[in-house]
Amino acid sequence: MLTDTELEHKSIAYRETILRIIAQAGAGHTGGDLSAIDILNVLYNVILNVSPETAGDPDRDRYVQSKGHCVEALYTVLADRGFFPAEELNTLCRYRSRLIGHPTREVPGIEHNTGALGHGLAVAVGMALAGKLDGRSYRVFTLLGDGELDEGSNWEASLAAAHHGLDNLVVIVDRNGLQITGPTEQVNALEPLPDKFRAFGYALREVDGHDLEALVQLLRQTPFEPGKPNLVLAHTIKGKGVSYAENVVGWHHHVPTAEELALALDELRVAREQLEGPR
Amino acid sequence: MKMGQANLDVFAQTLLELAQQDRHVLAVTSDSRGSGRLTGYAQVVPAQIIETGIAEQNVIGIAAGLASAGKKVFAVSPACFITARALEQIKNDVAYSDHPVTIVGISAGVSYGALGATHHSLHDYAVLRAIHNITIVAPADNWETRAAIRAAYAASRPVYIRLGKAAMPHVHQEGDEFVLGKASMVRQGADLTFVACGETVAVALAAAEGLAGEGIESRVLSMHTIKPLDEAAVLAAARETGAIITVEEHSAYGGLGEACAAVLMRNGARLPFEIVAFPDEHMVYGSQKELFAHYGISPAGLASIAHRLLAR
Repeated sequence: MLTDTELEHKSIAYRETILRIIAQAGAGHTGGDLSAIDILNVLYNVILNVSPETAGDPDRDRYVQSKGHCVEALYTVLADRGFFPAEELNTLCRYRSRLIGHPTREVPGIEHNTGALGHGLAVAVGMALAGKLDGRSYRVFTLLGDGELDEGSNWEASLAAAHHGLDNLVVIVDRNGLQITGPTEQVNALEPLPDKFRAFGYALREVDGHDLEALVQLLRQTPFEPGKPNLVLAHTIKGKGVSYAENVVGWHHHVPTAEELALALDELRVAREQLEGPR
Repeated sequence: MKMGQANLDVFAQTLLELAQQDRHVLAVTSDSRGSGRLTGYAQVVPAQIIETGIAEQNVIGIAAGLASAGKKVFAVSPACFITARALEQIKNDVAYSDHPVTIVGISAGVSYGALGATHHSLHDYAVLRAIHNITIVAPADNWETRAAIRAAYAASRPVYIRLGKAAMPHVHQEGDEFVLGKASMVRQGADLTFVACGETVAVALAAAEGLAGEGIESRVLSMHTIKPLDEAAVLAAARETGAIITVEEHSAYGGLGEACAAVLMRNGARLPFEIVAFPDEHMVYGSQKELFAHYGISPAGLASIAHRLLAR
């Protein structure tokens, strides 16, 4: 079990890796990676009972990343957890690399291929339902983007999740408020989102998606209400951790230039020094 | 030909047999258990049917998740909806993700006859053929249906099985061999070959029997597996018989006929060839039988094409 400080250090290191591999590959979804990375950090380092050794165990917890475009964050965490060698991250999006721009089961640790939006939740519902049918204790976590909620398939799957009382399903929404065209509320308004999720039968909790301790505390409490699927509305900042990328629409899939990368790494170095405190 | 049941009924009986032997067998339905003849199944094994309501995308997504956790999943929904509304889920969540779901497209082709184009599936072979990692099967009769369902159960990869709802004559004998990807010869003959699939095989067989009265001996292949296609059987027909007529309850575009034509062209076969299928036009409507007759999928229609090809 990592200490809070160790977890904080991991988030900084993960952000550095994400920025480096995207800059190197010349492709990636920088903004959403940075909004989701703290959630992934907590899931893979604290919450999920899955490891490279237990990846085939029928009782393992499952994670489906519905917002598949933020795959660089997922690859970074999986490599750190030992699912594949960290050096392989340098092959991101290269010719014949298995580390393509959306999750694929070719990569160890990935449960389901995603990339088209609005698919992960129904698949996670199926996994959770199988767990209930077989009396297994595993949980299924899925991460959705907020822009992705425009897809009607999410709401079909939500009906089913509540209908079957899937309290072993944890739906996390990365509520960074932006999608590729602009703010979600300007593109196709989602609010009042908590009311909508509650009306669909979820036990909903809201959390600061960058507060690692709060995420740990909350995700340890599932099921929030027995018999109801869990929904974690994680309030996040797109581009979090890089001052000039935060809440900037264009960083959805902007690739940092060499200069931007150097500045970002400087900011993250300062953040690390602050974490370490005065020498 | 002796009449049997609707292939759909045989599917439901076979699935129930499998479900009673293996608790991991599941049917997933979209408010479609009645159309899928699964009402009895649901009464006998209620824990082995998952209902999503009228939500085809959800049927496939949930089926993929269940299959990933070791369930033997049969997603059962009208072919017209499941292969169009949920096509992206079939492509991504089943085929690309390689979760071994069997998708059972019911009341397929023009089974719904006069209900209109919303309810027809004349596109399913074409769209699914272009998606990697899914086997496409259209059983001809009760025997092929039972064998196909059992083969899909045993397969560890995605399969699409297309079923109509009309009572079907038996074109096979009990004890015939059924292998996915291998055509079944249901009639021998050297003058020409009918390559048919699904509910058109019986029509081709009836045409062949009529032609035999005129001294024309036709081979009839049930090409129950449209993909992967039994190319060897098509090429053997080209070598050993004088003409090939393909017959299918599908658009003339992208189906069995074009698949066979590609095999013949690539291999340099030169012989009279015709595709009998639904033309690319606004359709007339009526019962399945009436539509078959209207578009030449009838013993008389097929015989007339045979005469034309053999006269060349």
